[in-house]
Formats: sequence, C-alpha cells, structure tokens
Amino acid sequence: MSGYASQLRLPACAAIAMGFIAATVLPARAEIPFAKQRSGYADLGHDTKAMQDDDSINPATLWVLDGEALWNTKAGASNRACSDCHGSATNSMKGIAARYPAYDAARKGPVDLEQRINICRTEHQKAEPFKFESKDMLAMTAYVGRQSRGMPIEESHDAPLKPFIEAGRKLFFERQGQINLSCAQCHDDNWGKHLASSLIPQGHPTGYPLYRLEWQSLGSLQRRLRNCMIGMRAEPFAYGAPEQVNLELFLKWRARGLRVETPAVRP
Amino acid sequence: MARALINVPKTAKRGQIIEIKTLISHIMETGFRRDNVGKLIPRNIITDLVCTYNGEEIFRAGLYPAIAANPFIAFFTVATESGTISFKWTGDNGFDETASAKIVVE
Repeated sequence: MSGYASQLRLPACAAIAMGFIAATVLPARAEIPFAKQRSGYADLGHDTKAMQDDDSINPATLWVLDGEALWNTKAGASNRACSDCHGSATNSMKGIAARYPAYDAARKGPVDLEQRINICRTEHQKAEPFKFESKDMLAMTAYVGRQSRGMPIEESHDAPLKPFIEAGRKLFFERQGQINLSCAQCHDDNWGKHLASSLIPQGHPTGYPLYRLEWQSLGSLQRRLRNCMIGMRAEPFAYGAPEQVNLELFLKWRARGLRVETPAVRP
Repeated sequence: MARALINVPKTAKRGQIIEIKTLISHIMETGFRRDNVGKLIPRNIITDLVCTYNGEEIFRAGLYPAIAANPFIAFFTVATESGTISFKWTGDNGFDETASAKIVVE
C-alpha cells in the first residue's frame, strides 16, 4: 500500500524528464516504416474479406444506398439537394474521403468529413445538422466515402494543417487513462501481436465509416476512437471535439498511401 | 428505413444451379437486452423469409433472436424457367418487406 502511495508521489521532475525522453525518442523509434504499413484488411479472415469485397453482401451497402437517396433529397430552407450544387457524387466526391480531414480557412482549423457535411447542411441548405452517429450521417459519409474507394490516402501539404497534425501526433504518443497507455504502445510498438484473443492492428483509418460485426452496425472513426479510449480507461473525447479531429488528421497522415476501403468490414 | 438487397443472376441456362443472395436492413433486437435503466427492450426481429419462383414457394427460413442484425441469407436453386423470383420478409411489429427480381432462362 505504502509502495503504491510513494509511486504516486514520484518526484514531478522525474516524471517530466521521462516525458521528455518519451517525446524525443518514441516517435522516431516507433513509427511504422512505409514498407511495413498494413491495412487491417490484410488480417481479416476469408469470410470477412469476401463480405467487404462484394457490395451485394457487404451490409454497409444498405447505408450507401440510403446515402445516395439522401444526396438527391432536397432539404432545408433553401430547398436544395446535395446534387443541386455538386451534381453526381460519382464525379464530384471522388477522392474527397482520401484527403479529409482538410483545412478550413474560415474556421482556421481542420474539419473532418462529418463536419464538412454539416457545414454544407447549415450554411448552404439551411437545414438542421445531422447528429453524430445518426443513421443519416453514417449514410451520407458512407456514400461520399465510397466514391474514393481504391484511391490512396493523400498526404496534406497544407502548411496551416501542420500544427494540428502535430497536436494529433502528441495525443497519439501521450499516455492516458487509468492504465496509463498511449495509442502508440499498441498500434506502433505491438501491432501484429495479440491483446487477449484479438489481433492488434496498426490502426489505420482506411475504411471509415465501417461495418463492425461487433457493433452490428456502421460506425464512424470517432466512435472507434472513443471505444479505444474506454478500453484504455481514459475519458473519451466528445464527438466533434477538436482533439478527435486532430487525432483523425494525424491517423490519416500516418496512413498516407494506403488505399481507401470505405465502407470496410471489420470484426 | 427498411431496405433489402437481392442478388439473382439475370440470365441462366435451363437446369443450371444458381446462387441467390439476400441482405436486409433490420436491427434484430433480441428481446433479452435491457436499456440503461434496466427495462427490457422488447423483441423486434424478422421471423420469416419466404421466396417464391413464379408463384411457387422454393425456399423458406425461420429467423430467431440469435441471428445478427441485417440478416444475410443465401441459398441455391435450379433455374427452371424465365420469370420472377420474389422475396417476402415478415416479422415483429407488423414488419413486412418485399422484393423481386427477373430471371431469363435460356
């Protein structure tokens, strides 16, 4: 008991020094080299791969079709549909999911696909924003994301995004929660090994929103991140919190070059 | 928004064995789960899928609470004649969804 208490009272300077060492050494050591970059798809079982690859058996197709219907539905006070401005999503939305989150000059920060859709809804359609994880939001992001399937995730060269990527990187390497874990300890240092019976993936967000068999539903990257944080016994960031977007941005940067699989299927 | 996806080959040779795949959007609430205040969430599942080929029943499935959300059901049949293959899902709370596909048999 006393040992535990004295551990807690570890001199602050030592903790800070350890923090510095981690901050300077870890990123360089732990980063996954390009040649070893691996989508979670590579570790799926045969059946789950088949499920993702065939639109007619991929349950996420149900959301994609709803998204297509929404794309062509007039909404809000301006009585305009997405298609009235953007035309066919097959052309206009191609590659969008591969480069989001992106910098928004008006907001002086990154916005993710969900936020961009809601900006469009509130500012241009004059409609109510979709709620996070609502059926409509998932349908729309799945439909828009689907248009980038197969395209490599792009690295942003927007200078104003740099500090936000760095903020995301810092979160990725920061220990948090009651079991004092960082994202990097699993997904950089120990990918390919097992946590109980589950394989630890590299954690690349290639296929969001994706159909997770455990959820029996489609879910966003932010839902997945909250899941992880609950597992780490940390307080999860709220949906739409700037930390979530920074983390999304860093993860996309980290996955640059991998192909978009939206809508993917994962166990 | 219930929605069904069916996959039936558009054409087939007479006597050929064809695969039919169906996927339908449904929560398949088991009736055994409780909400955040401990109240039982009532069962809401699809109970039956019936498939007919030109009016004749060729496949029937009973579904139960252990079946996952958005049930995917695939089966095989023999392409006998050109016509329509129809599907009907029914379930709790008056759930009723239909879909059909045309097939040309040469």
